[in-house]
Amino acid sequence: MAAAARGPKFFSTTKKGENFELKADLNSEYRDKRKETVKKVIANMTIGKDVSSLFADVVKNMQTEDLELKKLVYLYLINYARTQPELVILAVNTFVKDTDDINPLIRALAIRTMGMLRVEKIVDYLLEPLKKALKDDDPYVRKTATLCVAKLYDLNPVIALDNGLIAIVQDMLSDRNPMVIANAVAALAEISEASVRRDVFVVNTSILTKLLAALNECTEWGQICILNSLASYRPNDAREAGDIAERVLPRLQHANASVVLSAVRVLMIYMDFINNEELSKQIIKKMTPPLVTLLSSEPEIQYVALRNINLVLQKRSDVLNQEIRVFFIKYNDPPYVKLEKLEVIIKLCSDKNVDQVLSELREYCNEVDVDFVRKSVRAIGRCAVKIDSASERCVNALLDLIKTRVNHVVQEAIIVIKDIFRKYPNQYEGIIPALCENLETLDEPEAKASLIWIIGDYADRIDNATELLEYFLENFKDEVSMVQLQLISASVKLLLKKPGSAQEIVQKVLTTATQGCDNPDIRDRAYIYWRLLSSNPQAAKAVILAEKPPIESDANTVSETLLDELIHNIGSLASVYHKSPSLLGGSAVMEISRVRDILELEGDEPEVDARTVAQQVNEVVGGGIENLLDLDFGGSSDVLTTNSHNAYSSSSANPTPTTLRPQTSNIDDLLGLSDDHNGSSYGSPSMASPSFSMGAFDSIAGNSNSAAVERAEWLTPANAQGLELQGVFTKRHGQLGVDMRFVNRSAAPMTEFAIQFNVNSYGIAPAVGLQVPSPLRPNQSADVFLALHRAGGVQRMDPVNLVQIALKNNLGIYYFNAHVPDGLLEL
Amino acid sequence: MLSAFFIFNVKGEVLISRIYRPDIKRSVADIFRIQVVSSTDVRSPITTLGSMSFFHVRHENIYLVAVTKINANAALIFEFLYKVTGLGRSYFGKFDEDAVKSNFTLIYELLDEICDFGFPQNTEAETLKLYITTEGVRSERAMKEEGARIAIQATGAVAWRRPDIKYRKNEAFLDVVESVNLLMSAKGTVLRADVSGQVLMRAYLSGMPECKFGLNDKVLLEKEGKLGSAVSTVPGGGRKSAGAVELDDCQFHQCVKLGNYERDRTINFIPPDGECELMKYRTTENINLPFRVQAAVVEISKNRMEFKVSVRSQFSNKIFAQNVQLKIPVPTNTSGVKCLVTAGKAKYVGSENSIIWKISRFQGQQEYLLSAEAELTSTTTKKAWSRPPISMDFQVLMFTASGLMVRFLKIFEKSNYPSVKWVRYMTKPGTYQIRGDPSMQPSLRLFEPQA
Repeated sequence: MAAAARGPKFFSTTKKGENFELKADLNSEYRDKRKETVKKVIANMTIGKDVSSLFADVVKNMQTEDLELKKLVYLYLINYARTQPELVILAVNTFVKDTDDINPLIRALAIRTMGMLRVEKIVDYLLEPLKKALKDDDPYVRKTATLCVAKLYDLNPVIALDNGLIAIVQDMLSDRNPMVIANAVAALAEISEASVRRDVFVVNTSILTKLLAALNECTEWGQICILNSLASYRPNDAREAGDIAERVLPRLQHANASVVLSAVRVLMIYMDFINNEELSKQIIKKMTPPLVTLLSSEPEIQYVALRNINLVLQKRSDVLNQEIRVFFIKYNDPPYVKLEKLEVIIKLCSDKNVDQVLSELREYCNEVDVDFVRKSVRAIGRCAVKIDSASERCVNALLDLIKTRVNHVVQEAIIVIKDIFRKYPNQYEGIIPALCENLETLDEPEAKASLIWIIGDYADRIDNATELLEYFLENFKDEVSMVQLQLISASVKLLLKKPGSAQEIVQKVLTTATQGCDNPDIRDRAYIYWRLLSSNPQAAKAVILAEKPPIESDANTVSETLLDELIHNIGSLASVYHKSPSLLGGSAVMEISRVRDILELEGDEPEVDARTVAQQVNEVVGGGIENLLDLDFGGSSDVLTTNSHNAYSSSSANPTPTTLRPQTSNIDDLLGLSDDHNGSSYGSPSMASPSFSMGAFDSIAGNSNSAAVERAEWLTPANAQGLELQGVFTKRHGQLGVDMRFVNRSAAPMTEFAIQFNVNSYGIAPAVGLQVPSPLRPNQSADVFLALHRAGGVQRMDPVNLVQIALKNNLGIYYFNAHVPDGLLEL
Repeated sequence: MLSAFFIFNVKGEVLISRIYRPDIKRSVADIFRIQVVSSTDVRSPITTLGSMSFFHVRHENIYLVAVTKINANAALIFEFLYKVTGLGRSYFGKFDEDAVKSNFTLIYELLDEICDFGFPQNTEAETLKLYITTEGVRSERAMKEEGARIAIQATGAVAWRRPDIKYRKNEAFLDVVESVNLLMSAKGTVLRADVSGQVLMRAYLSGMPECKFGLNDKVLLEKEGKLGSAVSTVPGGGRKSAGAVELDDCQFHQCVKLGNYERDRTINFIPPDGECELMKYRTTENINLPFRVQAAVVEISKNRMEFKVSVRSQFSNKIFAQNVQLKIPVPTNTSGVKCLVTAGKAKYVGSENSIIWKISRFQGQQEYLLSAEAELTSTTTKKAWSRPPISMDFQVLMFTASGLMVRFLKIFEKSNYPSVKWVRYMTKPGTYQIRGDPSMQPSLRLFEPQA
């Protein structure tokens, strides 16, 4: 309890010259005083004060019988060894001595800490003790030493390989102690991941037996490591797969949710190999209750579980189909859990339980959280689109909601009703008057655009369509483009459907759009309509009133290839974000630069090697390319939105060449997206509720496969108003420069390109002005080599090779980070 | 794999920072402070910025945060963070800012031990307490004499128990604690009812006792052909005739041999010394709801609202519930409430916008009523009241909502000592909620007008 009394004061001192005092106290003749001072140093270190100047004085206290003091000094060393590499040598003797201690806890502590120091000089001193520790009698020392090999590999792979350490760890997979095995698995998996050839850890039949035996005995964390390695094993035949699955099944009963999810992951993967419907069914039956149980764990774990259940459902829709009630939302669930439960409810909704679901969703619409309420309203619409037989009940529910007159509920309801109209044309036009009553309360673009679309599409059934449109047209110039586009289309539809009635307003809107609007999208659409109408009204009719492609239910929200990849990553961060793992953590990027480095060192002429590099990179990244696009558009696009935008564009541009159509829809989407895109290319917190769609972006995916892969993705159409920019720092004929490819993915020509570099570690800056063909027309691409010089401002960046670049064109200014490859500037 | 672990206080000050892998710098703590602690709208427990992902958990007045730079196992990281809070509670009683500040060196010791290079190691409190202790004296003893033995135990197949435990009197206590979750519509239909139960064990047993534990698990009883003759005295006098419970799912402490359970549904284990959560289970079939609540809310005028709530206990009249409390939400613009109750005390608590109705002892098979009238001030905002659900709190001893009971607990030890076993049952609410009536119409005539 004495500690409790003196504890807080460690954190409270803020005097000047403190380090000086500490230094004196560290050299005090009293052991207790020294120990107290070391504690104070650690406290200062924790709150971010620089105490590295005390290095030598702290290290003096290392040789002590007091285990607590020793551990504190070690902690200090871990933090500051890299800042004082020369002084670390002072500590080496004590470490080496400790590795011979009779107490295994101390032997292990020394090995563990030495591994964390990350100073090249210490490696030579570490090798011998480490080898000895790997063969120690005590399993506690051995399990610590196995991980130390992974640490060493991370610091210096060559030494770890040359000294046969990895081979020793491979042998340790047959250790007597399950915990040692588990750590060996962890270490090898890690090393394998970091190695170029990835052959350090390949599970074969004999290793498999050992792993399965250890699975029953090791700690929960060890079980996760082993389950991970099982997930990467490819069984030889269906029978083996079945056997392994049977050994894994008991893990579903573990109290640790991550053990359960790891087991689910293995089972999901193995079911593909088992090829036996009967057995698969049994596995699914056993998997269901534990998945449900995950929902009674802590909210954060529930969140991870729900995101994964979502994936499992996309793969196997027969899981959990009886269990919809457990996903019903509790009043005090945190918002992120609520939204995910909602997604799962929609996934599980079928014609059997739709009544129950609807009454739940109606209930949610009474809550306070606006975002959640909107999603609930939208969910009702999604049910209608998903289940034909329930559409009428859904429409009635939405009508009830509109009657509440709660503004955000009404607007959201109108947005989803538009989707229902698309799915079930001419079935529910009876409700249009009820929608139009709320005309004046609408203030959100999407709701306005939706209602206008409905008015346009049903212009011949609505008596006062002209009046309604006139109401919106009053403020035509102040509306956002999404609404303007709909107004133009709706007016023209009205004219075509009720000839004569709307001549005046069409004239007016087209004139305003072509003469008073700066936005090329609006202008161009108006021009097209105008010309169509004046030259060939029949063709105009065929184009503008064309049959719309059917709207699709959004049952699957990730593409099939991505889904398979994510199933292989159940429980991981990727599975939470529903994004390819190659996009998280930048390990793929690191690999690319690594491969490039190797090749550039080997090859005489980098240019010649470009193709090989690209190939290598392709191998490394695997199928990552298409997913890069998925990433870029992720974050907030909702499937229904995407569909509805398709609806807009296709109603106007359907018969035009097919290449145009997806492009237009992209733009609509980009505009819709930019609202909630927080500026970063991904990773904004809004990811809590993503449901992605790839469909609309096929055209882009197709193109970028052929693009040169060696350039890094710098700007993407989603965050640069349709400009795609890839680039790489390189040397051409000895001239340092940056090689860029500009692609205009928008529908408008781009002009006025300019570039600027922020001050950076190397002082590199453009030597000449940026020369991009101007205007850069839609879908046109341009390769530009911009020469650089090193006379710019210098400031150390973190990481060192970071260069912040700003690019400007007529549509805006975009900022992005680029990295200078290692070695480029030295050569 | 964790790259770093931090503890922050609510102001975003770093209390603990431990870097496990070199790919992270200490300064990332600032990013978390700016992006999460000072942000008002955090909608996910995971925040990814660039290549870094922050996983955070709030506990008391601290944030526990793990940082990774790879596609880490998210479930593992959250489990780990909760394990740390569990360890904190086990070591310090309460794991809050003060506890962290007072014990920061000990926490650093723990962090060094439970995670190495980002891989969680042994996190069992019982074992860790052998060699990471609050008093310096014991740790020195650990260092000299017991090091080797502790090391063996920390990695052994029975990592959670040391072999040389001795008790004069060998006792084992089992507590079956059930949380009933109920979601009832305003009209009284049960939307969702389930029970999540725990079997908590406190073992004070010598040596390495092998325990075998039996429940009235339907699958097991059917297997043994005992279903007909099974004991029918379900605790609390539930309605069940078969006397067997169908468990939807159960999960066990790592001491339970899962292989045996999978094979023949027997529960065998060597318990950790002291307290542990032996088993968790979940069931949705045949649940005896301890209380049934009906509520009607009538808007008499713009400024007056009437509440009528009835609550009925459905368990046997031989037992009773304690600390029964109903929380009945009222609109935020309530200025005062007049309450009449047939039992207990009810009053309006402005800070919670609710009427709190407390009944300290609630006998089985009883019904009590509350009628209240809320006086509302007129407000300018026309925002509709969201009608939060009525929630309930209680404890019913010797009653399990699922009907689960412990059939036996057998203890085998090589010295063959006699042991005393105790079993208790308790049912409490998880989330016991009755939704607000959205219609507001006096459709339900719950009570006859009182004289």
